[in-house]
Amino acid sequence: MAHSFPEQVLKHLFSFLASDKERNSVSLVCKSWYEIERRCRKSVFIGNCYSVSPEIMIKRFPEVRSVTLKGKPHFADFNLVPEGWGAYVEPWIIAMSRSYPLLEEIRLKRMVVSDESLELISTSFDNFKVLVLLSCEGFTTDGLAAIAANCRNLRELDLGESEVEDLSSDWLSHFPDSCTSLVSLNISCLGPEISFSDLERLIAHSPNLKTLRLSQAVPLEKLPDLLCHASQLVEFGTGAYSSEVRSDIFSNLEEAFSGCKRLEGLSGFWDVEAAYLPAIYPVCSRLTSLNLSYATIQSPDLDKLISQCHNLQRLWVLDYIEDTGLQALAASCKNLEELRVFPSDPFLPEPNVILTEQGLVAVSEGCPKLQTVLYFCRQMTNAALVTIARNRPNMIRFRLCVIEPRAPDYLTLEPLDAGFGAIVEQCKELRRLSLSGLLTDRVFEYIGTHAKKLEMLSIAFAGDSDMGLHHVLSGCESLRKLEIRDCPFGDEALLANAAKLETMRSLWMSSCSVSFGACKLLAQKLPKLNVEVIDEMGPPDMRPESSPVDKLYIYRTVAGPRFDMPGFVWTLNEDAKH
Amino acid sequence: METTLGLLGGDDTSSSVSKMEHDYSSYTDETGLELGLGLGPSLTKVKKSSRTWCEYGRILTAKDFPNGFITGTVNNMCVDSSTENTGNASTSSSQVVGWPPIRTYRMNSFNQSKITNADQEENGASGNKEMEDSKKKFNHGNTKNEADFVKVNMDGLPIGRKVDLGSHTCYETLGKTLEEMFFKSNKTTNSTNCGENEQVKKSCKLLDGSSGFVLTYEDKDGDWMLVGDVPWGMFLSTVKRLRIMRTAEAKGLGM
Repeated sequence: MAHSFPEQVLKHLFSFLASDKERNSVSLVCKSWYEIERRCRKSVFIGNCYSVSPEIMIKRFPEVRSVTLKGKPHFADFNLVPEGWGAYVEPWIIAMSRSYPLLEEIRLKRMVVSDESLELISTSFDNFKVLVLLSCEGFTTDGLAAIAANCRNLRELDLGESEVEDLSSDWLSHFPDSCTSLVSLNISCLGPEISFSDLERLIAHSPNLKTLRLSQAVPLEKLPDLLCHASQLVEFGTGAYSSEVRSDIFSNLEEAFSGCKRLEGLSGFWDVEAAYLPAIYPVCSRLTSLNLSYATIQSPDLDKLISQCHNLQRLWVLDYIEDTGLQALAASCKNLEELRVFPSDPFLPEPNVILTEQGLVAVSEGCPKLQTVLYFCRQMTNAALVTIARNRPNMIRFRLCVIEPRAPDYLTLEPLDAGFGAIVEQCKELRRLSLSGLLTDRVFEYIGTHAKKLEMLSIAFAGDSDMGLHHVLSGCESLRKLEIRDCPFGDEALLANAAKLETMRSLWMSSCSVSFGACKLLAQKLPKLNVEVIDEMGPPDMRPESSPVDKLYIYRTVAGPRFDMPGFVWTLNEDAKH
Repeated sequence: METTLGLLGGDDTSSSVSKMEHDYSSYTDETGLELGLGLGPSLTKVKKSSRTWCEYGRILTAKDFPNGFITGTVNNMCVDSSTENTGNASTSSSQVVGWPPIRTYRMNSFNQSKITNADQEENGASGNKEMEDSKKKFNHGNTKNEADFVKVNMDGLPIGRKVDLGSHTCYETLGKTLEEMFFKSNKTTNSTNCGENEQVKKSCKLLDGSSGFVLTYEDKDGDWMLVGDVPWGMFLSTVKRLRIMRTAEAKGLGM
């Protein structure tokens, strides 16, 4: 090279690169840039923990301060991945404890975390600051006690929606009084026992606390005390929001909320006593985020509350809001960007609320910034979807769940192909899509033709033939994650588009028609893929090769086959030993 | 929609298609694998031939032993796998695993909210004793309380499963669900088995006959008990996990 910047200058320049994508691009420019970039990368994101090994990561990036790992496939959230499948964080923690003494942040999603791992984290990294465990499992409050006791600079402890075994309620007491660094604490997933005094003490000596999400065990009466020590909070999650209706509790609560001048987000609200809702009216106009998705409140209380939140950007709510409430939402909340409506009782044969396609149409009309939708309902029409698409071409994430599998347009009885087709055609920036209702191969033709920026697609009970899958794999250029259940997709489309799989993070197919023989073929053709067959009915090679596998998980990897699989997972790889 | 062979293959060039065909045939020779290249539903009907490592049968509960636990008084009965994938084309959502797609965490929460709602309706005004009781029953997330997903293990199988106790109201439905999970063929549908719209009636009932297995649970005190010996509500409040135990090993279990 005729001219080259000194390494220090390049390092400084690279430090302005915010995203991994940018850093990855930069590292491809030339060998010396690759070398300089890798030695100064501070933050690593690994979307599939089996796509790379800890050793490879450490070898390439020696100066990492922050690691994010994701484990189980998304469908594990719905019990489709049997227990024991994998995603153990332990080997990562062990390797990092040896090689990353300066590590500050660990963020995990859908991984199995043991108490030993937590203890190792707490003792290996002197400057450890951030621990985020979303939808994780395998640990107890003993592991949390170790974190509390040993991480003297802890800033963030977020337990997400993890499964934590509650062995003792006093783990909070392990936070020394000298620890004043806490900025964010989310213990909303924890169980029925908690020591209020420990919690109060912790909050009292955490002047920097901005986010606090309590567990259900914290009763309403205790909130005023906690809030008066934490009036600087920006995000707050209540515990159980009900109590005997008493005016003194009410006025204390109202005063406490009024004192939180910086509050922008509220959540929690389990078990709501509607009489106490007005206590939060003083903060409503400032709220940008409101999570009422566990609150069994109905109109008029719900509507009165929401209509005061003019600045709302994000609303999560149960279907008790009904179409009327959504119409009111559309009228009051012009800054709304994200709406999630969850079903209050999806297993009832008849609807218990009037929440239909009308509600979603209303919001799409009234809220010009709406770009993220998750909507559970019991009926849908093509006309409604076409209207929504026309109203909101800026949609980025659209997940619709019509609760009954294969439900058609309830007015015309046709499949919902045209409706979803309109969505992908109009919403050119669409990155995530979940389909439901009655769908033929046609909808996949639309998706393959138009959804060029689509990165994640979830399909269930849809399609007629392999052509459906073929359209998606051959047409969706940006596709990274594809998850499919109960569709008649089989060998042909998969084998014809085998090379596509190396450009994606992962493919999940369960209760489809992919044969064991095809899985073996794929594994043979594409050694950079791990082809995992998950079958609880026994070894797949004891059945004819043409018989379909129960569950299939294919992902690209540079780490080769994994060896931590349980008895019901087979990696089809010529070198792998079962 | 025209479906021809020419549409397969990564690029829209015939050369890649023929390459793909070539790959197919060469692999066919090597592996003896026959891949039908005809388009259209490529579904192969699942035929469950005789199982090699999973016994058919039913799960015994305490009701099978009204006079205490006596071995040898129940017959072994093999239940045929007649419930193959006979197109459950109109599967309703309550019978399908993992559908609607709602996280376990949230499912547990609204099982609870159903209970509290019922209390509220009964009592009208809030903030009374019933409310306090329902708060105590409150389970959110994933602690081992009522209305929860509990782990189920079966002797001889490395797989654990989870079952949502909150979606059951009696031992019978729980038993049937477990039988389906552990003894029946793949119950999720391979959907285009057209024709049959009816759910195949389950032929085995929890209380008749037996297999070599018994349903047991671990209670709050860590003791293993036969399922069915206490009222359902009490069972819910004390169960930590379930185990389908071999009859031989279940001798002498506390009743």
